[in-house]
Amino acid sequence: MTGVAVTGVGLHPFGRFDGVSTTDMGVAAVRAALREAGVGKGGFQAAFCGTAYGGVATGHKVLSRLGMTGMPIVDVEAGCASGSAALMLAAAAIRAGQYDTVVVFGTEKMPRGIIRSSFFEPWQEEAGLASTPAFFGLRAQRLCLTSGITKDHLARVVVKNRRHGAANPDAMYQKETTVEEVLASRVVCEPLHLFMLCSPNEGAAALVLRRADLASSSPAPVTLAAAVLRSHIPGPVLSESTPLAGLARDDVPAPTTLSATAAYEEAGLGPPDLHVVECQDTDAARELGSCEELGLCEPGGSAALLDSGATELGGRLPVNPSGGLLSKGEPLGASALGQVVELVRQLRGECGPRQVEGARTALSHTVGRGANAGVVILTR
Amino acid sequence: MRVMVREGLFTDPDAGPPALLGSRCAACGSVLFPRADACTYCATEDPDPVELSGTGTLWAWTAVTAAPPGYTGEVPFGVGVVELPEGVRVIARLTESDPAALATGQPMELRIETLHRDDEGNDVVTYTFAPSRPS
Repeated sequence: MTGVAVTGVGLHPFGRFDGVSTTDMGVAAVRAALREAGVGKGGFQAAFCGTAYGGVATGHKVLSRLGMTGMPIVDVEAGCASGSAALMLAAAAIRAGQYDTVVVFGTEKMPRGIIRSSFFEPWQEEAGLASTPAFFGLRAQRLCLTSGITKDHLARVVVKNRRHGAANPDAMYQKETTVEEVLASRVVCEPLHLFMLCSPNEGAAALVLRRADLASSSPAPVTLAAAVLRSHIPGPVLSESTPLAGLARDDVPAPTTLSATAAYEEAGLGPPDLHVVECQDTDAARELGSCEELGLCEPGGSAALLDSGATELGGRLPVNPSGGLLSKGEPLGASALGQVVELVRQLRGECGPRQVEGARTALSHTVGRGANAGVVILTR
Repeated sequence: MRVMVREGLFTDPDAGPPALLGSRCAACGSVLFPRADACTYCATEDPDPVELSGTGTLWAWTAVTAAPPGYTGEVPFGVGVVELPEGVRVIARLTESDPAALATGQPMELRIETLHRDDEGNDVVTYTFAPSRPS
């Protein structure tokens, strides 16, 4: 089976851009990725586009604007993991020998305010049970209880990621913050304060994938060692599957753990081999929970991992050197591929002040409603 | 007149103490809420309809401080998870909207509360949990 290389990446910054359409952002990201990969019209045989709010034929509209159509163009929706799902499909098609070169991108303009999700039934909205921050708050409270996490830990995750984000010109927030400032922001849903929640926003990201044996040596190709998507096993009441009830059991693995286990196996490596991680930090507690579910520490060990300084830039295993979603904001269809773009640049050594020195193995993680959990492992 | 926010979630609010309407799977014994066509856990079809216990213990809680999409009732309001003796954890509104007034493991009881009045003058009601009254 052939390997898969990432030969080009492109990004439209994440933020709020009045007057710039979903298509405009997608065009910018795809054009940049194609240019970097040296691929033009006729140079790729399929395209997969992640988007949740983009609407009908989002991917087609982007490629039509670039004058590059005729190949299959498939829009993929998997909540926060939409980009991971698109990447999984593209990589599998190349591995199977179906295509040599595939463009994968995500583009999104999120509605303003608390995310309105068609996932919920109308009665759930009417009853006030369609509050995404409330589910984040409940999950955070349980994690605090089981892992000895305090509000100070939650605030320090924000401070860390915002410090990283201050060095990322593509992030929405490029200003550092303090524990005091985080804890002084208003409570949205206990224990989460406003600064502990990421902002839904806008942006786009794109990759060109190529059969590894056809990839040119410049820019230095990065190998896509695994791209895995898994859905949930029912049971946990606060799972991202967002059920109305669950079992009084705590031993059912999370979708992130299922996905990570499969990705480590596919890549033939494990958590100790990783040099840099971009993980889902839709809220501050989610980053800590992600670290546990990905096996970056023991279950219950995420507070100690944070306390050790390992996850800061300069530490043993920097987590979210891009600033994470807490700095970048979250455009659903683009967020997962935005992480992968960051990691490809990290592995190439292009990240300037936020560079993780000597990084050769990287993992990205997203998990979203459904539940869908995506884990991607990159090496060079 | 009182109308349910959705039929089939709980018993007639005008007919005695309320109960949530769930199912029990004859094959694996799991208890489901709400009722479903097949067991969520083992996929066995047509689980048996049951009424769930009206009392349980508090497992997680928070308060919603800004109206979520599509919601026209009052804020803040409580949301939490209550564990019932059948081995099921249920997400529900809570009558208590001050998180500091609640504690893990606290006894809770099922109630019916009014969300808002609809265009035809009916009170739209749903299920909620309240701290149990001292007995």
